[in-house]
Formats: sequence, C-alpha cells, structure tokens
Amino acid sequence: MVPTSHLLVFSLALFIVGLAGVLTRRNAIIVLMGIELMMNSANINFIAFSRQLGDLAGQVFSVFTIVVAAGEVAVGLAIIIALYRNKDTINIDEINIMKG
Amino acid sequence: MAPAAIVFYVLASVCVVSSVMVVTRRNPVHAALFLVLAFFAVAGIYVVLSAEFLAAVQVLVYAGGIMVLFLFVIMLVPLDLRAGLPPARHVAGSLLLAAVLAAVLVSIFWDAPSPAFMGSVGALTEGGGNIEAVGMELYRRYLLPFEIASVLLLVAMVGAVVLARPRI
Repeated sequence: MVPTSHLLVFSLALFIVGLAGVLTRRNAIIVLMGIELMMNSANINFIAFSRQLGDLAGQVFSVFTIVVAAGEVAVGLAIIIALYRNKDTINIDEINIMKG
Repeated sequence: MAPAAIVFYVLASVCVVSSVMVVTRRNPVHAALFLVLAFFAVAGIYVVLSAEFLAAVQVLVYAGGIMVLFLFVIMLVPLDLRAGLPPARHVAGSLLLAAVLAAVLVSIFWDAPSPAFMGSVGALTEGGGNIEAVGMELYRRYLLPFEIASVLLLVAMVGAVVLARPRI
C-alpha cells in the first residue's frame, strides 16, 4: 500500500515540472503541454484523497477535470492556430499586442 | 515492499522523467511523444490506486484525443526551433520560483503526520467493480454536473470551430 504522502510528493513533482515548463518555454504548444501536466497532477491528488477517504467523489471530480482539460486543449489549440494565421509566429515573446 | 508499491514507484519515476523531457526537448514532436509516455504512466498509477475507470478514461481522452490534437497542430504550424530558446535570466527566475514553491510544499508534507486510512479500498469497488461504482455515483448524485459537463464540451467544440476559421 502506497502512503498518501508519497502520492502527494509525486503529484507535487509533476506540478513543479509543469510549472517550470509553462514559465520557461517560449513555444505556445509546449506551454499548453505544461498546463496539461499540471492538470494531471491535480487529478492524482483527487484520486489519492479519494482512496484515502474511501469516497468516490474524488474520482467523479477527476472525470469532470478531464472533461474541462479536453475542452481547454481544443480551445487553446484553436487560439494557437488563429494566432499563427494572424501573426505568423507562436513564440509567446513576440505576441504582445495587449501590452497596453 | 508490496508489488503494487514497486509498480507505483517505477511508474512515478517514469512519469517524472518523461515530463522533465517534455519541458526540455526543443523539438515539439519529441515533447508530444514524451507527453504520451507520461500520460500512460499516470494511467498505470490510477490502476494501482484502484481507479480503473479513470485509467481507461485517461488513455482514451489524454493519450488518444488530446495527443492527436497536439500532433495535428504541430503538423499545421511550421517548426520554429528558435522558439525554444528563452533568455537565460528568465529561465533562472522561473526555476527559482518553481524551486521555492517545491521547497515550501515539501516542508509542509514532510512535517505532516501520516494520516490513517479513514475508509477502505473496498468502498471504491463496491458491487461489481470500480466502473459500476463510478457510474452509479455519476448518474445518481452527480447527474446535473454531468449534463453541464456535456454542455461545456459542446461550447468548447463550437468555440474551437469559430476560432480556427480562416477569417477572424
């Protein structure tokens, strides 16, 4: 039986890696991949506590998180395609039209 | 150590290593393939945690649907390998921020007393396995959120179609 604290440390590692990717990479597609990693770590937390408490609510909420992640990726990638059409780049350092 | 625990530690290391590869590879195609590996490892961890339904959903939605979307967009947008090189100052600041967050959270988890199991794993697989148990919960207690989630998916689909149109 894996202790819940080890699961939390594992999901923390996944979240930190995703966060570092979102903050450091300039390619918008890889930034979206980092967000996916962070969402996966949140799901692992849900399931770890679902097992800890013997309650299925955590697994049901994980299903909803996966639904939201699917919608987010579809819209995010459509935004990337629209950006590429209009600006000819997906480097997020060169996309600064909202810089005030 | 129990076999399930060994499987968990192996899958967790595979997952962390491949997610590090995702955020460090310069070629987005390599990053996407390592992301598939990370998603499969997470699905295996769900099986270890007796969440079989979610393992199946993880493989179908993440490793199937989302990865195909990613690869299609990588195919449509020309590869710009220079986009992978951020300024060094920026990288140092971001890694420092991530390390501070990791240190704070690890210090919290480290001192926390390991809580006792309040429930039993049997409650997760009551009456005919995990899939039936999750289905019962999803269609009885969480029926309204389930329907709202389907509306959310419809809205996301329409939004994606509108955003990706030629003239916007």
